[in-house]
Amino acid sequence: MGHTLIEKVFGRKVGREVKPGDIITVDVDWCMIDDIMAPFAISKFEEMGFSKVWDPNKVVLIYDHFVPATQVDDSRHFRVADAFAEKYGVKNVHRTDGICHQLMTEAGYVKPGDIAFGTDSHTVTYGCVGAFSTGIGYTEMAGILGTGQLWVKVPESIKVVVDGTLPKNVTSKDVILRVIGDLTASGATYQSLEFSGSCIENMSVASRMTMSNMAVEAGAKCGIFVPDQKTCDYCNIDYSDEIKELYPDEDAVYSRVLHYQAEDLVPVMACPSLVDNIKPVSEIKGTKVDEVFLGSCTNGRLEDLQLAAKILKGKHVAPYLKFIVTPASRKIYLEALRDGTLEILSDAGAIITTPGCGLCCGRAGGILSDHEVVVATNNRNFLGRMGTSKVQIYLASPASAAATAIAGEITEAPLDLF
Amino acid sequence: MGKIFRFEKDVDTDQIIASQYLLFPTIDEMKTHTFESLNDTFAAEVKPGDFVVADENFGCGSSREQAASVLKALGVKAVIAKSFARIFYRNSINIGMPVIVSKELHDVVADGDEMELDLKQGIITANGKTYSCTKLPAQMQKILDQGGLIASLNKED
Repeated sequence: MGHTLIEKVFGRKVGREVKPGDIITVDVDWCMIDDIMAPFAISKFEEMGFSKVWDPNKVVLIYDHFVPATQVDDSRHFRVADAFAEKYGVKNVHRTDGICHQLMTEAGYVKPGDIAFGTDSHTVTYGCVGAFSTGIGYTEMAGILGTGQLWVKVPESIKVVVDGTLPKNVTSKDVILRVIGDLTASGATYQSLEFSGSCIENMSVASRMTMSNMAVEAGAKCGIFVPDQKTCDYCNIDYSDEIKELYPDEDAVYSRVLHYQAEDLVPVMACPSLVDNIKPVSEIKGTKVDEVFLGSCTNGRLEDLQLAAKILKGKHVAPYLKFIVTPASRKIYLEALRDGTLEILSDAGAIITTPGCGLCCGRAGGILSDHEVVVATNNRNFLGRMGTSKVQIYLASPASAAATAIAGEITEAPLDLF
Repeated sequence: MGKIFRFEKDVDTDQIIASQYLLFPTIDEMKTHTFESLNDTFAAEVKPGDFVVADENFGCGSSREQAASVLKALGVKAVIAKSFARIFYRNSINIGMPVIVSKELHDVVADGDEMELDLKQGIITANGKTYSCTKLPAQMQKILDQGGLIASLNKED
């Protein structure tokens, strides 16, 4: 019997064949701790009585949810994490470089076939480079800091095949929203989402990242792509024979297979207040919008900002509408600055904020109040996430978000803009 | 016997404990805001030994362990749901709070009913009837029996 991609990643790590349901203990390649969870993980680590971190070079501390601080107690988290890094020799500390899930691949940590855990549910993002990565709680993270190991259950896999070419106003965000709508918010619980098909092969790593990032919204343990030449170029490594072995066998067994023809897909949004409440934009067109947010670890990359700039060039956002743009990292911010993207967005009326989690986690830069409506490119529209529990959050692609910002009401990007 | 607090499907971690309270330095300071957006009297009414009963996908969303910790700190004896989101499930075991899968219970009890749980036998009693619930994988049962991951790791040392 053949193996799925995730079975191959785990099998290679433990040096034997594995099957779904096996409980295995893995050596961890990377662990990521963000600023919100750092003090909690550190205090548990100390409570466990460890005297050293198993391998300080494999630990990455990233401050992003609270950068820059917006409440008086935020900086306590930085101080606690800084003291921990100093005491235990952790050198990989990003204090103002951007969002953790962007940095873990962009800054050269996670590579194809690696195993990574993070104290944030969107740690699933690194599946974009063919790694296994998932979110855990701070007590488990403390255990990894001390032992370098964690047990995992080998998941079953759901195969998601997307063939063909997407219409120009449809992005990988629309694809993953559609998949979540079809699977439901719990449809992939405990399972691995494995993406393939000609449309996926032609996607940039950035577009794939949007999809792996949201795998957890269907409950998945991970969302993984076969690493290819593009992946290796992005990771700055050779496309080696070892990496070429990371692909699913033809006779691999899946719990479910979903097939999409890209040409049939349309712009969609996740409507309030569930990630699986997916509707075509054409059905909700005309809904008045108070704010548009372009950013996050889901859609704050250069190609997302460039796409929005293409739509907004020479235009202006609607009167009264606030358009918040938050690049996912400092690197992206600088690239968008140098190629003129930020100038176009600013000319169009955008409020450009510093790289970080910002509005997505309801902490900064554009918090909304009762009955306001926001169209946002991030990954969650839970009640109360971006302000009060009476805020209406619609999740959208960067193209739909930009078109909506101009119109002041929900709309899709017209095809003739491209 | 403990009282049942009943919830529907897809209860997410933001609903259990919202992001703005994660900044509070201790779980005891956070716990009074548990389920605030869904049931603003929960934290005041729940008593040690009570139960949370939910539909599918309880605890979906973020990895915040505080979601499990506030329930435990309020004395919730166990969460019984048709299914759990995986991070919440692992977190609960790791802090020593039982999470139990029952496909039936949610549909046959009302908010405020009383129930009893025999964890060892895997039996729930509510409204005069008994229901069997699924047992944990051995790896997780061991962690739970030892009182959570910290106690478990200490025992192995």
